[in-house]
Amino acid sequence: MSDVNERIEAELKANPVVLYMKGTPVFPQCGFSARVVQILSHVGVPFKGVNVLEDMEIREGIKAYTNWPTIPQLYVQGEFVGGCDIVMEMFQSGELQAMLKEKGLPTTEQA
Amino acid sequence: MSDRATRIRTALDAQFQPLRLEVVDDSHMHAGHAGARPEGETHYSVLLVSPSFSGMSRVNRSRAVHAALAAEFANGLHALALTLRAPEELG
Repeated sequence: MSDVNERIEAELKANPVVLYMKGTPVFPQCGFSARVVQILSHVGVPFKGVNVLEDMEIREGIKAYTNWPTIPQLYVQGEFVGGCDIVMEMFQSGELQAMLKEKGLPTTEQA
Repeated sequence: MSDRATRIRTALDAQFQPLRLEVVDDSHMHAGHAGARPEGETHYSVLLVSPSFSGMSRVNRSRAVHAALAAEFANGLHALALTLRAPEELG
């Protein structure tokens, strides 16, 4: 296994909710990343943002890791959930909130 | 319509026998930011309704579209907003 995959797996193991994004949760540098940050913040689940713009190896590595060509990418308990479109659809239908709850992750939103 | 939009449309038409297919070039909305190129043709939205998506998860639907457009991703396509539906999901 390559080093970058090991780094990604360590990150996903250490944090139940990880968003690979452009920019930081406080200062997203892409509209799609910003939208996912907004949704996660609204739902109230704590998450770790990883800024791929600061790390070329991760930026390319995360695309290969999960066979997904674009950023942002959301992972929950190590599993790839989706990019901006999928997270948005799951939020709008309530599936995202239900999935987080089912996995025992804290949210502030009442189901 | 831009050349890439035409190629995206052709590739998706061939792969998914869509009941509905819309390809929109959003590149002008992203001009000047990372991933944008001066010549444009980097950011697209696609709405695709196809029987192929019946019984497929969201992630797998997107993966099927990404695979059909692999040549475009290898060639400067930077962002693709996807709305993918099976016919029975239309309200």
